[in-house]
Amino acid sequence: MRIELEKRARVSTLFSIISPLLALLLTLVFGAVMFWFLGKPPLGSLYVYFIEPLLEVWSLHELAVKAAPLILIAVGLSICYRSNNWNIGAEGQFTIGAITGSILPVLYPEWHSWAILPLMMIMGMIGGAAYAAIPALLKTRFNTNEILTSLMLVYIAGLFLDWLVRGPWRDPKGYNFPVTKSFQVEAVLPEILDSGRAHWAFIFALVAAVALWFMMRFMLKGFQVSVLGQSERAGRFAGFSARRMVWFSMLLSGALAGLAGISEVSGSIGHLQPAISPGYGFTAIIVAFLGRLNPLGIIASGLVLALTYLGGEAAQVALEISDKAARVFQGMLLFFVLSCDTLIHYRIRLVLAGNQTKEVKA
Amino acid sequence: MKKLIIALAASAALLGGFSSGAQAQEKKKVCFIYVGSKTDGGWTQAHELGRQQLDKALGDKVETKFLENVPEGPDAERAIERFAREKCNLIFTTSFGFMDATVKVAAKFPDVKFEHATGFKAAPNLATYNSRFYEGRYIQGQIAAKMSKKGVAGYIASFPIPEVVMGINAFELGAKSVNPNFKLKVVWANTWFDPGKEADAAKALIDQGVDILTQHTDTTAPMQVASERGILAFGQASDMIAAGPKTQLTAIVDTWGNYYVKRTKALLDGSWKSEQIWDGLKDGILTMAPYTNMPDDVKAMAEETEAKIKSGELHPFTGPINKQDGSAWLKAGEKPQDGVLLGMNFYIEGVDDKLPQ
Amino acid sequence: MFEAILLTVITASTPLVIAALGELVTERSGVLNLGVEGMMIMGAVCAFATTQMTGSPYIGLLAGIAGGAAFSLLFGFLTLTLVANQVATGLALTILGLGLSGQLGEMFVGKPGIKLQPIVIPLLSDIPFFGRVLFAQDLTFYLSVALVIGINWFLFKSRTGLKMRAIGDNHGSAHALGINVIRTRYLAVMFGGACAGLAGAQLSLVYTPQWVENMSAGRGWIALALVVFASWRPWRVLAGGYLFGAVTIGQLHAQAFGIGVPSQLLSALPYAATIVVLIIISHNRRTTLINTPASLGKPFVPDR
Repeated sequence: MRIELEKRARVSTLFSIISPLLALLLTLVFGAVMFWFLGKPPLGSLYVYFIEPLLEVWSLHELAVKAAPLILIAVGLSICYRSNNWNIGAEGQFTIGAITGSILPVLYPEWHSWAILPLMMIMGMIGGAAYAAIPALLKTRFNTNEILTSLMLVYIAGLFLDWLVRGPWRDPKGYNFPVTKSFQVEAVLPEILDSGRAHWAFIFALVAAVALWFMMRFMLKGFQVSVLGQSERAGRFAGFSARRMVWFSMLLSGALAGLAGISEVSGSIGHLQPAISPGYGFTAIIVAFLGRLNPLGIIASGLVLALTYLGGEAAQVALEISDKAARVFQGMLLFFVLSCDTLIHYRIRLVLAGNQTKEVKA
Repeated sequence: MKKLIIALAASAALLGGFSSGAQAQEKKKVCFIYVGSKTDGGWTQAHELGRQQLDKALGDKVETKFLENVPEGPDAERAIERFAREKCNLIFTTSFGFMDATVKVAAKFPDVKFEHATGFKAAPNLATYNSRFYEGRYIQGQIAAKMSKKGVAGYIASFPIPEVVMGINAFELGAKSVNPNFKLKVVWANTWFDPGKEADAAKALIDQGVDILTQHTDTTAPMQVASERGILAFGQASDMIAAGPKTQLTAIVDTWGNYYVKRTKALLDGSWKSEQIWDGLKDGILTMAPYTNMPDDVKAMAEETEAKIKSGELHPFTGPINKQDGSAWLKAGEKPQDGVLLGMNFYIEGVDDKLPQ
Repeated sequence: MFEAILLTVITASTPLVIAALGELVTERSGVLNLGVEGMMIMGAVCAFATTQMTGSPYIGLLAGIAGGAAFSLLFGFLTLTLVANQVATGLALTILGLGLSGQLGEMFVGKPGIKLQPIVIPLLSDIPFFGRVLFAQDLTFYLSVALVIGINWFLFKSRTGLKMRAIGDNHGSAHALGINVIRTRYLAVMFGGACAGLAGAQLSLVYTPQWVENMSAGRGWIALALVVFASWRPWRVLAGGYLFGAVTIGQLHAQAFGIGVPSQLLSALPYAATIVVLIIISHNRRTTLINTPASLGKPFVPDR
């Protein structure tokens, strides 16, 4: 038995809708089996995972807090990937954005003005963009593979932050522990509602996603992104510059990752410390693909991924399912989504032994 | 929509046999937040053993819960808040990086009691607790000076925070009380937990000529390397004798359980209050693993020092002590304030390393 | 002392070299698998668990290889049969591998491991200085050298290797010439998985004979960088791997000597070095084009 693919003449709208649902269904089925194997109630576990976190107001806020950086980074990355630029160093750009954005509150803790917050956000974006400019420059100037340079820069950014908060930026009154002074009130990103912790980063994320969706859908720049992404040659014939696109997409995604970094530090943490991200930059890559590189889809996928984190925690508390099982579950979801996406672009045929061809999926 | 959700919930509860523990109402809930995996063989495992000890001792009166691998940062705040909302009565947050998150949640839930390990910010419902690890390190230093033929020990350090610097200084002070010329080499692994890096650091130190190893990182990798190379070593956080039966001299064992039982009892009888607790050997918050692989006279010396520290007769940091550059720090007989120790950011004389700043 | 340092460098470099060699073959066939870290950690846990159960580290080594190869099949099925995106699938493989290995290895945490013992080759190991370094090593080191020689021969001297490189350079024309692109790529992906698994087994059986979660600690990512660093040539992987190992170990020795440089700066050196080398090898477009598999990372669906 063999599986054969046949390219569809046109992207299937039907399967664009069915595929994520099918993936979710498969994940639920396999997840239930896995929980059953672990000796946990299968349906109860799924309930704790996917429904319970949605029933309480505080936990909806937490969902927004967790999803905001993922969405912000992922929409930027989606433009990169659409245009065939493989920035996988968003984690580093996130870190540098957090650092440059924190310059004002760390060095001028006495400055009490409303202007500080917008300046911090802008500086964070500049920092992230500047850090993404390194792989962009290396790619356009020296033809260096951006996957590897951007990845190496992640480690360097992390070590730089580590050095800063343990050395020059350490809070002199903090018993020598590796944290900066807590930011002044004016430098903290405000919460949206009084009922919970969700802050402005979530609004930034929604705005960025809608703006980029608009660009991809209705603007020439968006068209350039898709054409150059599909074929650099075709783009060149149309008079688009691949080199300029490298810069555009890398700077854009860097700036958004930087904004995610400074909003996370300002809104959720309140100071700089060695560990500011549980791998948001990498998880966002997955979010970008789960959302099928569509900015609006990414809002949904960012929320779903955030939900698996919250659900994993709830399952740990309520059912004592270890957090490794939670990660296996996440991995499974990703695999099912990636494989079901094939249905959108291809027909799948199961070819049985002999020449008996049986059409399984139309 | 809401009806549907409720119906779903009910059916899920029925089918899956999942019930939201209604009979747990009378028992008090004690909850733990871990930064690592509960089976990490080091820091977090020590806290987990403490939780299990609490379960055993007071299991009829309290119920315990935990969350593992909680990253420091906003995730920590959510995890702690989850426990506060789950009606935990006492919440232990077991890593320094949880400090601000604990402070924030404690302010939101004044009826819940919190205890944060190794931090320095307190509130009426938030206590801090820590262990005087340096007492154990002083004893280790004395043993090292007796057992080392070359008079040089190697110290695998994690990050230059006061806790670690204090440990290095205490070790050197103990060693110098036996051999005034004892030298200590330090390598910063920049990790709490990476067996490969720790093993590399151990090998580098051995190749530089040290013949005794001690570590302030959490895996047993350095102990393994030491036993392969046939030198002696000290364990960290838990008894690592299994990784080096012929190698381990002793280990500082974190026995948080005694502390957790004590504080939970205080919660039960209503005497719990917010304190900044820094317990030592005498309180049983840390213990020394059996003194092994050493002659009887060294063992006797170690036991005597341990007894003196417990009785309060000996404070490892007792002057005269000079700083690394030779300038005076403590006058003869002088003892430092706890606050000075907790913020320690300099080496004393004899440490052969430049403190990363 | 110098001999001892060399031995440490070899132990630290061997897993990097082995994993990078496997990924090199995968990439030469035109497939980019970013899941090396995940396959490595699966190899480490399979090797350790099997060694514990059978008592033989050699059976453990085989289990590590098999575990890595089997895990890579998942990647192969998604990217080759279902033509899913290779970058995303590779990352997902890493996430799944880290979770799954933690789950599988839970009951082996804290168990003392059984070390794969060195095989001392008589006579040769008596050569002064180099003898002990090169001829008194464990099996994984010998395998790593054999892999370099074997892969070099396979890629540049054998017919099958030539066909595989043809696929990596242009899968369309290779298919037109009647080469089975998908089958060859499956084999290349599995070879990469097997090597990553072997590298993982080296971690849990030689480097630090124990099992702890996440013990690969980013080495799979370094192996990926090494492949590009080496511009897809086996001998350069060997050289690059040892350079990387030497910098890592060297910075620890610099510290023990008491050279007062921020340790974070020293830790960042290997990554900065890789970027510099990447620039040097890739700034000349011609040399890169000769070596880079042109269809790397691109999906292939045969026309029918």
